[in-house]
Amino acid sequence: MTILRIIWEELIGMFIDDGALALFVLALIALVTVAIKWAGLDLLIGGGFLLVGYLAILAESVHRFAAKKRG
Amino acid sequence: MDNFTTISSTIFTSFLASFVEIVEAFTIVLAVGLTNTWRSAFTGTALALIVLAVMIVVLGPILQLVPLTALQFVVGVLLGLFGMRWLRKAILRASGYIPLHDEEKAFREETEALSKQRGLGRADYLAMIAAFKAVLLEGVEVVFVVIAVGSTHGLTLYASLGALIACVLVIVTGLLVHKPLARVPENSLKLVVGLMLTSFSIFWTGEGLGVSWPGEDFAIVVFFVILSAFSAIAINLLKSSHSTLAKEQAL
Repeated sequence: MTILRIIWEELIGMFIDDGALALFVLALIALVTVAIKWAGLDLLIGGGFLLVGYLAILAESVHRFAAKKRG
Repeated sequence: MDNFTTISSTIFTSFLASFVEIVEAFTIVLAVGLTNTWRSAFTGTALALIVLAVMIVVLGPILQLVPLTALQFVVGVLLGLFGMRWLRKAILRASGYIPLHDEEKAFREETEALSKQRGLGRADYLAMIAAFKAVLLEGVEVVFVVIAVGSTHGLTLYASLGALIACVLVIVTGLLVHKPLARVPENSLKLVVGLMLTSFSIFWTGEGLGVSWPGEDFAIVVFFVILSAFSAIAINLLKSSHSTLAKEQAL
Protein backbone atom coordinates (compact mmCIF):
# COMPACT_ATOMS: atom_id res chain seq x y z
CA MET A 1 0.00 0.00 0.00
CA THR A 2 2.88 2.36 0.76
CA ILE A 3 4.25 1.84 -2.76
CA LEU A 4 0.85 2.63 -4.27
CA ARG A 5 0.56 5.75 -2.11
CA ILE A 6 4.04 6.91 -3.17
CA ILE A 7 3.17 6.39 -6.85
CA TRP A 8 -0.20 8.13 -6.46
CA GLU A 9 1.30 11.16 -4.68
CA GLU A 10 4.04 11.41 -7.30
CA LEU A 11 1.53 11.19 -10.14
CA ILE A 12 -0.55 14.02 -8.67
CA GLY A 13 2.57 16.08 -7.93
CA MET A 14 3.73 15.63 -11.52
CA PHE A 15 0.79 17.62 -12.83
CA ILE A 16 -0.15 19.94 -9.98
CA ASP A 17 2.35 22.22 -8.31
CA ASP A 18 0.69 25.62 -8.48
CA GLY A 19 -3.01 24.72 -8.12
CA ALA A 20 -4.20 27.92 -9.84
CA LEU A 21 -1.95 27.28 -12.84
CA ALA A 22 -3.35 23.75 -13.25
CA LEU A 23 -6.90 25.04 -12.87
CA PHE A 24 -6.39 27.82 -15.45
CA VAL A 25 -4.86 25.37 -17.97
CA LEU A 26 -7.83 23.01 -17.60
CA ALA A 27 -10.31 25.91 -17.79
CA LEU A 28 -8.62 27.29 -20.95
CA ILE A 29 -8.73 23.90 -22.68
CA ALA A 30 -12.37 23.39 -21.64
CA LEU A 31 -13.28 26.85 -22.93
CA VAL A 32 -11.54 26.35 -26.29
CA THR A 33 -13.11 22.88 -26.62
CA VAL A 34 -16.61 24.26 -26.00
CA ALA A 35 -16.00 27.19 -28.37
CA ILE A 36 -14.84 24.85 -31.17
CA LYS A 37 -17.29 21.98 -30.70
CA TRP A 38 -20.45 23.88 -29.82
CA ALA A 39 -20.01 27.53 -30.77
CA GLY A 40 -18.47 26.84 -34.18
CA LEU A 41 -15.24 28.74 -33.53
CA ASP A 42 -12.76 28.43 -36.41
CA LEU A 43 -10.34 25.59 -35.59
CA LEU A 44 -7.18 27.60 -36.24
CA ILE A 45 -8.41 30.54 -34.17
CA GLY A 46 -9.17 28.06 -31.38
CA GLY A 47 -5.61 26.75 -31.67
CA GLY A 48 -4.33 30.33 -31.51
CA PHE A 49 -6.32 30.88 -28.32
CA LEU A 50 -4.59 27.85 -26.80
CA LEU A 51 -1.15 29.33 -27.50
CA VAL A 52 -2.04 32.84 -26.29
CA GLY A 53 -3.87 31.40 -23.29
CA TYR A 54 -0.86 29.31 -22.24
CA LEU A 55 1.37 32.41 -22.42
CA ALA A 56 -1.11 34.45 -20.36
CA ILE A 57 -1.45 31.71 -17.72
CA LEU A 58 2.31 31.35 -17.45
CA ALA A 59 2.75 35.12 -17.12
CA GLU A 60 0.06 35.28 -14.41
CA SER A 61 1.58 32.38 -12.46
CA VAL A 62 5.18 33.65 -12.37
CA HIS A 63 4.00 37.23 -11.73
CA ARG A 64 1.81 36.06 -8.83
CA PHE A 65 4.72 34.08 -7.33
CA ALA A 66 7.10 37.03 -7.64
CA ALA A 67 4.55 39.48 -6.19
CA LYS A 68 3.99 37.16 -3.23
CA LYS A 69 7.75 36.98 -2.61
CA ARG A 70 8.01 40.78 -2.75
CA GLY A 71 5.24 40.94 -0.16
CA MET B 1 11.00 17.25 -43.24
CA ASP B 2 7.87 16.69 -41.19
CA ASN B 3 8.85 13.13 -40.45
CA PHE B 4 12.36 14.21 -39.51
CA THR B 5 11.02 17.02 -37.30
CA THR B 6 8.64 14.64 -35.52
CA ILE B 7 11.15 11.85 -34.95
CA SER B 8 14.06 14.10 -33.96
CA SER B 9 11.94 16.23 -31.61
CA THR B 10 10.48 13.08 -30.02
CA ILE B 11 13.91 11.54 -29.40
CA PHE B 12 15.42 14.83 -28.25
CA THR B 13 12.58 15.69 -25.83
CA SER B 14 12.55 12.19 -24.38
CA PHE B 15 16.35 12.21 -24.08
CA LEU B 16 16.56 15.59 -22.32
CA ALA B 17 13.64 14.99 -19.93
CA SER B 18 14.94 11.52 -19.05
CA PHE B 19 18.48 12.80 -18.67
CA VAL B 20 17.65 15.35 -15.96
CA GLU B 21 15.42 12.89 -14.11
CA ILE B 22 18.02 10.10 -14.23
CA VAL B 23 20.76 12.48 -13.02
CA GLU B 24 18.60 13.23 -9.94
CA ALA B 25 17.91 9.54 -9.28
CA PHE B 26 21.59 8.70 -9.81
CA THR B 27 22.63 11.22 -7.10
CA ILE B 28 20.50 9.43 -4.49
CA VAL B 29 21.50 5.91 -5.58
CA LEU B 30 25.16 6.97 -5.44
CA ALA B 31 24.67 8.42 -1.95
CA VAL B 32 23.09 5.14 -0.82
CA GLY B 33 25.87 3.07 -2.38
CA LEU B 34 28.71 5.13 -0.89
CA THR B 35 27.15 5.71 2.54
CA ASN B 36 25.49 2.33 3.09
CA THR B 37 26.09 -0.67 0.84
CA TRP B 38 25.95 -1.11 -2.93
CA ARG B 39 23.66 -4.07 -2.28
CA SER B 40 21.02 -1.74 -0.79
CA ALA B 41 21.45 0.71 -3.68
CA PHE B 42 21.10 -1.97 -6.38
CA THR B 43 18.21 -3.79 -4.63
CA GLY B 44 16.23 -0.54 -4.29
CA THR B 45 16.98 0.39 -7.91
CA ALA B 46 16.03 -3.07 -9.21
CA LEU B 47 12.73 -3.11 -7.27
CA ALA B 48 11.82 0.34 -8.59
CA LEU B 49 12.64 -0.73 -12.17
CA ILE B 50 10.34 -3.76 -11.74
CA VAL B 51 7.46 -1.51 -10.57
CA LEU B 52 8.10 0.83 -13.54
CA ALA B 53 8.13 -2.14 -15.94
CA VAL B 54 4.77 -3.31 -14.53
CA MET B 55 3.37 0.20 -15.06
CA ILE B 56 4.51 0.15 -18.71
CA VAL B 57 3.09 -3.35 -19.27
CA VAL B 58 -0.28 -2.29 -17.80
CA LEU B 59 -0.47 1.17 -19.41
CA GLY B 60 0.75 0.18 -22.90
CA PRO B 61 -2.21 -2.03 -23.93
CA ILE B 62 -4.73 0.38 -22.35
CA LEU B 63 -3.39 3.27 -24.47
CA GLN B 64 -3.69 1.19 -27.64
CA LEU B 65 -7.45 0.95 -27.04
CA VAL B 66 -7.90 4.74 -27.01
CA PRO B 67 -8.77 6.31 -30.41
CA LEU B 68 -5.94 8.49 -31.79
CA THR B 69 -7.68 11.88 -31.60
CA ALA B 70 -8.84 11.20 -28.02
CA LEU B 71 -5.32 10.06 -27.13
CA GLN B 72 -3.81 13.22 -28.65
CA PHE B 73 -6.24 15.37 -26.68
CA VAL B 74 -5.66 13.56 -23.34
CA VAL B 75 -1.87 13.56 -23.80
CA GLY B 76 -2.03 17.24 -24.83
CA VAL B 77 -3.93 18.16 -21.66
CA LEU B 78 -1.62 16.12 -19.38
CA LEU B 79 1.47 17.51 -21.07
CA GLY B 80 0.01 21.00 -20.63
CA LEU B 81 -0.16 20.50 -16.87
CA PHE B 82 3.22 18.74 -16.73
CA GLY B 83 5.11 21.02 -19.13
CA MET B 84 3.74 24.29 -17.75
CA ARG B 85 4.76 23.19 -14.25
CA TRP B 86 8.33 22.59 -15.48
CA LEU B 87 8.42 25.83 -17.42
CA ARG B 88 7.08 27.90 -14.52
CA LYS B 89 9.68 26.46 -12.13
CA ALA B 90 12.47 26.91 -14.69
CA ILE B 91 11.56 30.58 -15.23
CA LEU B 92 11.40 31.22 -11.47
CA ARG B 93 14.75 29.43 -10.98
CA ALA B 94 16.46 31.31 -13.82
CA SER B 95 15.23 34.64 -12.45
CA GLY B 96 16.44 33.88 -8.92
CA TYR B 97 13.05 33.61 -7.23
CA ILE B 98 13.59 29.97 -6.30
CA PRO B 99 17.00 28.38 -5.69
CA LEU B 100 18.72 26.49 -8.50
CA HIS B 101 18.70 22.71 -8.19
CA ASP B 102 22.09 21.62 -6.90
CA GLU B 103 23.11 17.96 -7.23
CA GLU B 104 26.05 18.32 -4.81
CA LYS B 105 23.72 19.77 -2.17
CA ALA B 106 21.18 16.97 -2.77
CA PHE B 107 23.99 14.43 -2.47
CA ARG B 108 25.26 16.02 0.78
CA GLU B 109 21.79 16.06 2.33
CA GLU B 110 21.07 12.46 1.37
CA THR B 111 24.48 11.31 2.64
CA GLU B 112 23.92 13.09 5.97
CA ALA B 113 20.46 11.56 6.37
CA LEU B 114 21.79 8.09 5.56
CA SER B 115 24.76 8.49 7.92
CA LYS B 116 22.39 9.28 10.79
CA GLN B 117 20.48 6.07 10.05
CA ARG B 118 23.64 3.95 9.97
CA GLY B 119 23.48 3.11 13.66
CA LEU B 120 19.90 1.92 13.43
CA GLY B 121 19.05 -1.78 13.07
CA ARG B 122 17.08 -1.18 9.88
CA ALA B 123 19.79 0.91 8.17
CA ASP B 124 20.07 -1.40 5.13
CA TYR B 125 16.32 -1.44 4.68
CA LEU B 126 16.01 2.36 4.98
CA ALA B 127 18.88 2.86 2.52
CA MET B 128 17.26 0.44 0.09
CA ILE B 129 13.95 2.34 0.42
CA ALA B 130 15.75 5.64 -0.29
CA ALA B 131 17.18 4.23 -3.55
CA PHE B 132 13.83 2.63 -4.42
CA LYS B 133 11.89 5.88 -3.91
CA ALA B 134 14.38 7.98 -5.87
CA VAL B 135 14.39 5.68 -8.90
CA LEU B 136 10.63 5.14 -8.74
CA LEU B 137 9.72 8.83 -8.42
CA GLU B 138 12.06 10.04 -11.14
CA GLY B 139 11.28 6.94 -13.22
CA VAL B 140 7.53 7.63 -13.18
CA GLU B 141 8.24 10.98 -14.84
CA VAL B 142 10.48 9.30 -17.44
CA VAL B 143 7.75 6.73 -18.20
CA PHE B 144 5.16 9.50 -18.55
CA VAL B 145 7.34 11.56 -20.89
CA VAL B 146 8.18 8.52 -23.06
CA ILE B 147 4.53 7.51 -23.33
CA ALA B 148 3.31 11.09 -23.82
CA VAL B 149 5.75 12.18 -26.51
CA GLY B 150 5.81 8.78 -28.20
CA SER B 151 2.28 7.42 -28.20
CA THR B 152 0.44 10.07 -30.21
CA HIS B 153 2.52 9.54 -33.35
CA GLY B 154 3.21 5.85 -32.76
CA LEU B 155 6.81 6.76 -31.92
CA THR B 156 7.06 5.14 -28.48
CA LEU B 157 10.07 3.15 -29.68
CA TYR B 158 11.93 6.35 -30.66
CA ALA B 159 10.94 8.01 -27.38
CA SER B 160 12.19 4.92 -25.48
CA LEU B 161 15.43 5.12 -27.45
CA GLY B 162 15.93 8.71 -26.28
CA ALA B 163 15.35 7.64 -22.66
CA LEU B 164 17.67 4.65 -23.03
CA ILE B 165 20.50 6.77 -24.44
CA ALA B 166 20.04 9.19 -21.50
CA CYS B 167 20.11 6.30 -19.02
CA VAL B 168 23.27 4.77 -20.47
CA LEU B 169 24.98 8.16 -20.68
CA VAL B 170 24.26 9.02 -17.03
CA ILE B 171 25.27 5.57 -15.73
CA VAL B 172 28.50 5.40 -17.76
CA THR B 173 29.47 8.99 -16.84
CA GLY B 174 28.50 8.38 -13.22
CA LEU B 175 30.57 5.21 -13.00
CA LEU B 176 33.55 7.01 -14.49
CA VAL B 177 33.46 10.09 -12.25
CA HIS B 178 32.06 8.28 -9.21
CA LYS B 179 30.39 11.41 -7.82
CA PRO B 180 27.17 13.41 -8.44
CA LEU B 181 26.92 14.86 -11.94
CA ALA B 182 26.90 18.43 -10.63
CA ARG B 183 28.42 19.92 -13.79
CA VAL B 184 25.36 19.01 -15.84
CA PRO B 185 23.54 22.29 -16.61
CA GLU B 186 20.40 20.80 -15.10
CA ASN B 187 18.45 24.04 -14.67
CA SER B 188 18.99 25.13 -18.28
CA LEU B 189 18.04 21.65 -19.50
CA LYS B 190 14.86 21.78 -17.43
CA LEU B 191 13.94 25.08 -19.08
CA VAL B 192 14.42 23.53 -22.54
CA VAL B 193 12.38 20.45 -21.54
CA GLY B 194 9.58 22.66 -20.17
CA LEU B 195 9.54 24.60 -23.45
CA MET B 196 9.45 21.40 -25.52
CA LEU B 197 6.74 19.69 -23.48
CA THR B 198 4.56 22.80 -23.53
CA SER B 199 5.04 23.08 -27.31
CA PHE B 200 3.97 19.44 -27.72
CA SER B 201 0.99 20.12 -25.46
CA ILE B 202 -0.33 23.01 -27.56
CA PHE B 203 0.19 21.00 -30.74
CA TRP B 204 -1.55 17.82 -29.58
CA THR B 205 -4.39 19.48 -27.71
CA GLY B 206 -5.11 21.38 -30.92
CA GLU B 207 -4.81 18.24 -33.07
CA GLY B 208 -7.13 16.40 -30.67
CA LEU B 209 -9.68 19.17 -31.25
CA GLY B 210 -9.30 18.85 -35.02
CA VAL B 211 -6.94 21.80 -35.65
CA SER B 212 -4.80 21.41 -38.77
CA TRP B 213 -1.74 23.43 -37.86
CA PRO B 214 -0.04 25.31 -40.73
CA GLY B 215 3.23 23.54 -41.53
CA GLU B 216 1.90 20.44 -39.74
CA ASP B 217 4.53 19.04 -37.32
CA PHE B 218 6.81 22.03 -37.96
CA ALA B 219 4.30 24.04 -35.88
CA ILE B 220 5.92 22.45 -32.79
CA VAL B 221 9.16 24.27 -33.63
CA VAL B 222 7.24 27.55 -34.09
CA PHE B 223 5.57 27.11 -30.67
CA PHE B 224 8.99 26.37 -29.18
CA VAL B 225 10.43 29.60 -30.59
CA ILE B 226 7.46 31.69 -29.38
CA LEU B 227 7.55 30.14 -25.90
CA SER B 228 11.35 30.60 -25.74
CA ALA B 229 11.08 34.30 -26.63
CA PHE B 230 8.30 34.73 -24.07
CA SER B 231 10.29 32.92 -21.37
CA ALA B 232 13.41 34.99 -22.08
CA ILE B 233 11.41 38.20 -21.63
CA ALA B 234 9.76 36.88 -18.45
CA ILE B 235 13.15 35.81 -17.00
CA ASN B 236 14.69 39.23 -17.72
CA LEU B 237 11.77 41.13 -16.19
CA LEU B 238 11.68 38.89 -13.12
CA LYS B 239 15.47 39.04 -12.76
CA SER B 240 15.43 42.83 -12.51
CA SER B 241 12.56 42.80 -10.01
CA HIS B 242 14.38 40.12 -7.99
CA SER B 243 17.62 42.10 -7.89
CA THR B 244 15.67 45.15 -6.69
CA LEU B 245 14.11 42.98 -3.98
CA ALA B 246 17.54 41.61 -2.99
CA LYS B 247 18.94 45.15 -2.73
CA GLU B 248 16.00 46.26 -0.56
CA GLN B 249 16.49 43.26 1.72
CA ALA B 250 20.23 43.98 2.00
CA LEU B 251 19.58 47.51 3.29
